Amino acid sequence: MTEAHAGKRFPRPTAVTAGYWEGCHKHRLLIQRCTQCEHLQFYPRSICSSCMGRELGWVHASGQGQVSSYTVIRHPVSKAYADETPYVLALIRLAEGPTMMSVLCNCEPESIRVGLAVEVVFERWSDEITIAKFQPSKGN
Amino acid sequence: MQRTKSSFRVLPRSAFIEMDTLRGKVAIVGAADTEVGKLPQFSATGLCVDAARRALKDAGIQKDQVDGLVTCNSFAEPYMYHAEMIAEYLQIFPRYCVTAAAGGGTTFSSIQNAVAAIVSGLCDTVLVTMADSLRTGLSREQAMLIQASTGHPEFEIPYGPTVPAFYALIARAHMEEYGTSPEQLAAVAVNARLHAARNPNAQMREPITIEDVLNSRMIADPLHLLDCSLVSDGGAAVILTSAERAMDFPHAPVYLLGSGEGHGHEHISQARSLTTSAALESGAAAYKMAGLGPGDIDVAQIYDCFTPVVLIELEDLGFCKKGEAGAFVADGHTALEGTLPMNTNGGLLSYCHPGNPGSMYALTEAVFQLRNAAGERQVRNAETALVHGQGGIMSSHATLILGKETNR
Repeated sequence: MTEAHAGKRFPRPTAVTAGYWEGCHKHRLLIQRCTQCEHLQFYPRSICSSCMGRELGWVHASGQGQVSSYTVIRHPVSKAYADETPYVLALIRLAEGPTMMSVLCNCEPESIRVGLAVEVVFERWSDEITIAKFQPSKGN
Repeated sequence: MQRTKSSFRVLPRSAFIEMDTLRGKVAIVGAADTEVGKLPQFSATGLCVDAARRALKDAGIQKDQVDGLVTCNSFAEPYMYHAEMIAEYLQIFPRYCVTAAAGGGTTFSSIQNAVAAIVSGLCDTVLVTMADSLRTGLSREQAMLIQASTGHPEFEIPYGPTVPAFYALIARAHMEEYGTSPEQLAAVAVNARLHAARNPNAQMREPITIEDVLNSRMIADPLHLLDCSLVSDGGAAVILTSAERAMDFPHAPVYLLGSGEGHGHEHISQARSLTTSAALESGAAAYKMAGLGPGDIDVAQIYDCFTPVVLIELEDLGFCKKGEAGAFVADGHTALEGTLPMNTNGGLLSYCHPGNPGSMYALTEAVFQLRNAAGERQVRNAETALVHGQGGIMSSHATLILGKETNR
């Protein structure tokens, strides 16, 4: 664990989600696709939330998305997050369809708007855990 | 005959059960709040049994006359079998005993379940008592972390969300979609405080202005400190019994006329919509059962953990058009003298918010209003009340409609 992330709320990968976290480790944003109905979903599940199929594969998402809402957290949830406060919590609608929660970085909070185009960046927290964050797309 | 797949068809619900099965069959015959605010002298269990004691006294019955018990679990003093523990503590031996796992809409879901239990004969008289000590039973950081744990452990919590931040995402989306302003959000808090000023038991009674809200510390944009509900100790309880039995109690019965639930998601990142909630479904079901519509409601208690929640619920419950709730509140419709007096005890924003038990105060206040016993904050000629709770992050919704008469 790197010093900067000590005390944060680390995710605990499961058999179902391990593929996602391995993807993050390799700087690839992976979402699930149902081999039966081609439904794309996030977060990873053991079944397809559309057809209940059990055969799910990983697809490499483009990492592009749009901010569907955001907030600037001025009061951190715990001391471990104090150094990066204020931080921008956002919901990102991925270009592929599913929505995920993330944090926006490399930007001024005042510059964020709903609809802003963003792209994924990866932040290493430990040997096992790398977290997907987002930043304004280069094209902005 | 062996059942084959082709012979099994989904019948409409009306084929099994009429929508009015529960309407007017059960009444609230006891209701009470404990003291609220900062109560270090009470444990969460102490508050839970104190609420029970007060509600039994209000109903004029002994604890042995209760054969059903519903509680909610406590963060400050949790038990794996909470309701059973409270039964043991009170030395009562119910035949219906349920712990509601969470708060918000779950409270009214558990009321709906208790009503169904009475109608179906599982029990006769149910004590619903809920309390917690979020203010003095936990440290500030503990309280924040516990509440934020409603986030998804793997795909939300690592990002460091707080509960106000989750609701700020909803507020921002409503502002973006409908042009709702920070001033309109603030008007919800001002409305609550106006009413709390007339409630001698309220935690925060000092009147506030729109400017006070906007000048209060920014917690998670666009939500200021005064857009957020309180952190309190407190408890409240009600006693439910069948409409037939309800005639024998000291207070006039308050009947359950309608109830409904709706569940859209658990985690906000999975919401079908950020600006339309499952209050749409819970409200529609409750109105249908009651045979009433939004225009028939005299007083409403609308879950107000954060100001934007109230706006979305007012819209989804049909009190105004989608996107217009900001103006509806800012124009004074929800004041005591308005067209829809709302959160007449001061709500979670100004009366108190002890966490899981929070919705109970909406229910007891509705009872006080329908008994014409709400003192300085009494709504004139209140005959029908709607209470609405939501839990999770705009996730699980439940609506109850109450009335002074069964045939409304």
